[in-house]
Amino acid sequence: MADVTISSARATELGLAPAGKPRGMIRRAWEVFAENKLALAGVGFVIFIFLFCFLGPVFYHTNQVNTDLETYLCHPSGSHLLGCDDLGYDELGRLMIGGQTSLEVGLAAALISVLIGTLYGAISGFVGGAVDAVMMRIVDAGLSIPGLMVIIILSVIFHPTPLVIILIIAFLYWFGVARLVRGETLTLRTREYVQAVRVIGGRPMRSVLRHIIPNAIGTIIVQGTFAVADSILTLSGVGFLGLGVAPPATDWGSMLSGGLNYIQGGNYWWLIYPPGVAIILTCIAFNFIGDALRDAFETRLQRR
Amino acid sequence: MTALLRIEDLRTHIQLKQGVVRAVDGVTLHVDEGETLGVVGESGCGKTMTALSIMNLLPVGGHIVGGTITLGGRDISGLDSDAMRKIRGNEVGMIFQDPLSSLNPTHSVGRQIAEAVILHRDVTKKEAYERAVEVLDLVGLPRARERVDEFPHQFSGGMRQRVMIAMALACEPKLLIADEPTTALDVTIQKQILELIDDLRHRLGMSVILVTHDLGVIAGRADRVAVMYAGKVVETTDTSTLFVNPRHPYTEALFHALPENAAETRVRLYSIPGAPPDLVNPPTGCRFAPRCRYATDRCRAEDPLLSGETTAHTYACFFPVGATEKTVGGRLVVVEAAQTESEHTEEVPVPGEVVLSARDLVKDFPVTRGALLQRRVGSVSAVAGVSFDIRRGETLGLVGESGCGKTTIGRMLVGLEKPTAGVIRFDGKDLAKSSGRTYRHERREIQYMFQDSYASLDPRMRAGMILREPLIVQHMGSRKEQTAKVKEMLGHVGLPETATERYPHEFSGGQRQRLGFARALMLNPQLIVADEPVSALDVSIQAQVLNMMRDLQRELGLTYLFISHDLSVVRYLSNHIGVMYLGKLVEIGTADEVYLRPAHPYTKGLIESAPTADPEAERAKSHEGISGELPSAIHPPSGCRFRTRCPLAQEICANVEPELRPHGVAGHLAACHFPLQPALEVPVAAEQVS
Repeated sequence: MADVTISSARATELGLAPAGKPRGMIRRAWEVFAENKLALAGVGFVIFIFLFCFLGPVFYHTNQVNTDLETYLCHPSGSHLLGCDDLGYDELGRLMIGGQTSLEVGLAAALISVLIGTLYGAISGFVGGAVDAVMMRIVDAGLSIPGLMVIIILSVIFHPTPLVIILIIAFLYWFGVARLVRGETLTLRTREYVQAVRVIGGRPMRSVLRHIIPNAIGTIIVQGTFAVADSILTLSGVGFLGLGVAPPATDWGSMLSGGLNYIQGGNYWWLIYPPGVAIILTCIAFNFIGDALRDAFETRLQRR
Repeated sequence: MTALLRIEDLRTHIQLKQGVVRAVDGVTLHVDEGETLGVVGESGCGKTMTALSIMNLLPVGGHIVGGTITLGGRDISGLDSDAMRKIRGNEVGMIFQDPLSSLNPTHSVGRQIAEAVILHRDVTKKEAYERAVEVLDLVGLPRARERVDEFPHQFSGGMRQRVMIAMALACEPKLLIADEPTTALDVTIQKQILELIDDLRHRLGMSVILVTHDLGVIAGRADRVAVMYAGKVVETTDTSTLFVNPRHPYTEALFHALPENAAETRVRLYSIPGAPPDLVNPPTGCRFAPRCRYATDRCRAEDPLLSGETTAHTYACFFPVGATEKTVGGRLVVVEAAQTESEHTEEVPVPGEVVLSARDLVKDFPVTRGALLQRRVGSVSAVAGVSFDIRRGETLGLVGESGCGKTTIGRMLVGLEKPTAGVIRFDGKDLAKSSGRTYRHERREIQYMFQDSYASLDPRMRAGMILREPLIVQHMGSRKEQTAKVKEMLGHVGLPETATERYPHEFSGGQRQRLGFARALMLNPQLIVADEPVSALDVSIQAQVLNMMRDLQRELGLTYLFISHDLSVVRYLSNHIGVMYLGKLVEIGTADEVYLRPAHPYTKGLIESAPTADPEAERAKSHEGISGELPSAIHPPSGCRFRTRCPLAQEICANVEPELRPHGVAGHLAACHFPLQPALEVPVAAEQVS
């Protein structure tokens, strides 16, 4: 497949053949991406976990609002495939709605932090000089705050709804993105195609939005993918400390924390393994995807 | 003489994901003892891979699949890596193009040379170190004993290449492979390095394989030449025969594409159409056939073998050229139907009014120290008081070594740098005075053509968008009009309309340079500043781009400021030439005046240093050239900045800075106390500079 495209491009150079359908950036990136089998498995798992969490409840009806003491810690059975927890909620159904929270928070926090961080970092790097120095010292200060402590304090002050947690995680995460994008911008702004914008009379914002950010998009998307995994992990940590979303809503970390109380009392494995495995597999899947995306956006590899 | 190295039917393949690249495909050549073999060809023709095959230093995926390499009677093509290590650096030395990346920055040069000696000789560390000093002295490193402990970054480019040569020669190899040894260097330094290699060859009695794309380098240095194309040797013979009587159409085309051969007549250059073939799926038959002007059906079906009337001159062609053509002064004179047609276009351009005038331009770059509080500790004097005028429709060429300030001048004209002092007037308006909207509007008139078209085109944008962007920024026309304009420009630069859908990396080097030129033309500028537009291109592609620039200049009435280090290219394209040295304009005048009757010693040295593709002229040249290296621009020499390298320098040169004074024909100015041409009496002010 790649073979054919390359030789036809060469043929056009020689003026022997008409230009074939050129491949877009996404298409070329996908070709490199698809070569990484682990990443494809990651994509498969992420699709699966989304369907499981968001479409699962449609087919597997459970009561996740009212507690039911009759099914207190019941073992897995035909009516409760993964048993029930200490409040009588069906564990499998809980895994779905807990997953909804975890994925929503993970994606939203990653999106917000990457958007803010990218713009901040690109402007800081492009303007340079004193502005850059001040903007980056702010980032340094932000990065020096111990994240977990801030989360604990803020979760105590605010009622921990998913929205609040999203904002807290995004606030803590964007500093890192900003620093990374700023570094990328520093190398991109000296590129001749960015200078060429000045020669044609373009404004600086055009250079940033049309040339620098699109060329840093690989770094940004990779960072965004990792941010999703990190946010899910952070949310799990918060939930594990008992500061996650308020019941009856839940997340994987809170489920894990709830199950931990029964770890010594008996063989209640279904309280521990399902949320734990879900957290681990989801994070690994996003990390695999991120790694493959880094390769996919490397233009050098695309040109093979 | 016996052959030191004999390569028979060498085949080297490189396994890539999408197929096997037949990088070297049946190469047969030999190097006699004490001789220099030149291997010449365009990029991607397999010359470097041939050299690397000898050393068995092939890149990942590369391996020799056939043929023999015999060194001093021993077949070395099948040796294991241990046996090969004994040969590398010991019997065969190699120097590469880029001396900076070939040297380890964390070790002193002495240690790196000593390392090579210890590997191959049974010596103590001290003896190896002594040997390092000895070879550094041999390659002409001044104060070798003092500098042996310095690190690569403390040496200039030319000195680094000397260190590389010293390392290659430390074990006295019988064969030295020099792969583009001077391509990254300035002409004056190139001459010094080539002289050095030549001199060492005689003194040490070794053989040299000189791999280069530059026919001029080959002309003066090689005893025999092998011309390579698409992984094969297409012609091989001794140097003087090749230059006088090339038989292969490819060799002939390479000569015709050289701008220096057309510098006096200014006829259109012959350019080889198309680009070299893909070595994954090479065409059947003669590989040059698709680009050959003499090709017949037989050429496309059968692969010609290397043969000839004598064994000394062989060529792989069914229909060899030459032999019947007249040669004048060692140079081919070929008149072709296609060329005669365009010759009438060589009218003398009518000098228009002054479009752009620069007066006393100064640019200092601050040198700062400290990470946070950047203290200014000095300044680099990149441009120091340069004045010139450019008239409508003409081309002003700026030449000089790297670091002379020619690029900075170009960048100041297009607004990429702000002059520290001085005035740039365009159409009578001071460019520094406008701002905001008028500034943006004025930007349209002067456009810039970058040297590296790959770096100057956004890799994430399709060609259509790249070309439309100037119009979008300047709010010119509707979307439909913009698209029409893009198509018109693509037609002008000779690219198909379908090119709009492609990304920059899908074009070849020459096509990208056309695209870069099309972008510069989008805003209908009056003046185009072209910064080294052809220096990264192969000779045949260079000819295509130069022809295109000349054609469009006539069609669209453009004015060029053409910046290049290559005097023959500048002379071919320019009406006037300005020669720069370390921030100063040392000479300016009409192209022929400056080239044929240089008044400044630097100009003369530059002309002599530039290699020409004429073995006899090359051999007749003096061996001097310009000695030394460009001084630091942080502390430029007092008085005349060239005095430290000038053979004519006297005391006055250090004390009094020479002014530009007229010499010979009107408009020929040079700044020298001891000019090579008689000076006219009346000193003129800079305002009269043409």
